[in-house]
Amino acid sequence: MMFDFWIILTGTLVAATSGILGCFLVLRKMSLVGDAISHSVLPGIAIAFMVSGSRDSLLMMVGAAVLGLITVFLIQLLQQGGLQSDASIGIVFTALFAIGVILISRNAANIDLDLDCVLFGEIAYVQWDTLIINGYDMGPAAVWFLGITLLIVLAVIGLFYKQFKICAFDPALAAALGIPVALFHYLLMGLVSLSTVASFESVGAILVVGMLIVPAATAYLLTDRLSIMLLYSVLVGALSSAGGYYFAKWLDASIAGSMITAAGLLFLLAFLFSPLHGLVARFSKRRRMKSMTA
Amino acid sequence: MLESMLGWFSDPNMRWILMGSLLLGLGSGVIGSFTFLRKQSLLGDALAHAALPGICIAFMLSGVKSVGLFMIGAILSGMLATFGIHFVTRYSRIKQDAALGIVLTVFFGIGVVLMTKIQHSGNGNQSGLDKYMFGQAASMMLADVYLMGAVSLALVLICLLFFKEFKLVSFDPGFARGMGLNVGLYEQLLLLLTVVAVVVGIQAVGVVLVAALLITPAVAARYWTDALGVMVVLAGLFGALSGVTGTLISSTLSNLPTGPVTVLAATALFVLSIMFAPRRGLLAKWIRHNRTRKAVRRGLEVQTAAAMISQHTAERGAE
Repeated sequence: MMFDFWIILTGTLVAATSGILGCFLVLRKMSLVGDAISHSVLPGIAIAFMVSGSRDSLLMMVGAAVLGLITVFLIQLLQQGGLQSDASIGIVFTALFAIGVILISRNAANIDLDLDCVLFGEIAYVQWDTLIINGYDMGPAAVWFLGITLLIVLAVIGLFYKQFKICAFDPALAAALGIPVALFHYLLMGLVSLSTVASFESVGAILVVGMLIVPAATAYLLTDRLSIMLLYSVLVGALSSAGGYYFAKWLDASIAGSMITAAGLLFLLAFLFSPLHGLVARFSKRRRMKSMTA
Repeated sequence: MLESMLGWFSDPNMRWILMGSLLLGLGSGVIGSFTFLRKQSLLGDALAHAALPGICIAFMLSGVKSVGLFMIGAILSGMLATFGIHFVTRYSRIKQDAALGIVLTVFFGIGVVLMTKIQHSGNGNQSGLDKYMFGQAASMMLADVYLMGAVSLALVLICLLFFKEFKLVSFDPGFARGMGLNVGLYEQLLLLLTVVAVVVGIQAVGVVLVAALLITPAVAARYWTDALGVMVVLAGLFGALSGVTGTLISSTLSNLPTGPVTVLAATALFVLSIMFAPRRGLLAKWIRHNRTRKAVRRGLEVQTAAAMISQHTAERGAE
């Protein structure tokens, strides 16, 4: 029972952190930058690992955050050189990810970090990797790190909510109002890297990308208000992590994969049946219009 | 290291593998040029991730590890994924980038579920499915290499055959339609070729990095020329060069998957291009910038001198 609880809690924390940030990415049409960051933090993690020789989470977080910012910077640099944004994303993240994979596989003997874990995570082992302070067992370490990350994200977004909102919907207006758009851009990207690396160990790179994009896009179909979109995004994320867990248990398959599958299912439901923007609502509205004009 | 490299050349098995990765790089470089010009660079990434459930389902249904069957499964799920992306952007307010991300992760999630399901079901034959994540060219079966080479060669030939049509469709679909060309058909054909290139590439480079085989050589080639024909040839050459380099290095050093090395070789070519390409490269730009600045300054000096002289003569005249 405790086992179920910790896994669902971990999944929910990942979902909440990435869901909030994902809303801003989806609104700014930068979902794929999130994808790129979640892949290219790998060399940062590997280097932190080689330097410290241990799974020192703080150092890994710093390494990953630095790499995340480098990724955004490089993508921007190539774009300013006149390259299409998707091509520059593709070049940067594959190159950095390749460096990470090489670093890890060349030092496989002295690095206790395997690639499958990086991609898919080890959420099933969350409960046994506990944080011990002064001999007291404080519960799973991943939950602590994810909780702290969520608090940081909430604090930053809450503090600058208005600025982030204007930047998301109308960067030109934001710039005209004197909001430092570039600063908030990098701040958002820094938060994305932070949440990626906090989620990495427990759920893997792929689940992070999924949780960044899918619940936020689902929420985007359900409402027109940013505050409600944020709330829905977190709810959808939490629902898919709980649903995905039981699905995985029933199937005896990957938990992280099942959580994404569940999120995909919720997206499909919203895509079809959302009262505002769903497919069914669209068609019935069109039919009503037709009958009115006929 | 050099000796073992030379050893590889005399080993007929390895020669075939090198030939295979050369053709693979060539084929994906050529196809990649068109996808890049059509602004669909990241489609390759989505297709690669989306291939995973297809591969797993093919394995579950057949119970054997046959590359041919895997390819059919992957092509089917890749086509389903492109249809999904198109459908979501067409019928909702979700933008292209988010739709791509959704389809990519959800298909991949389903694929991971299926893959773990296969592994837990204890089927002894499943080993090697995880090779699909990062690719291992050196451990490929000879039959697979033949297939990979043949398919890549076919890709290049089809591109050669329809070069004019693809060119029109990539640059100006509206004009192509006006000329009476069946644009939809050629777009579908290009899409199919992209799916095939991705699926073939997965074996050698792996799911996560196969997108780079399409994108990086094509973008690097773009820096050198404005003519599509030259660009396609260059992209093919860059691709082939990175394929061969990747396979050679990863099979000489231990513990090195092929995919990342190939991708880094392609990235190195890209960096060289962005630095040293004539006209578009950073160095050329810098030289041109300097030269213009000098010319402007010289022009200014001449102007000020002329102005001073005329002012001087004017003052003289006034006296």
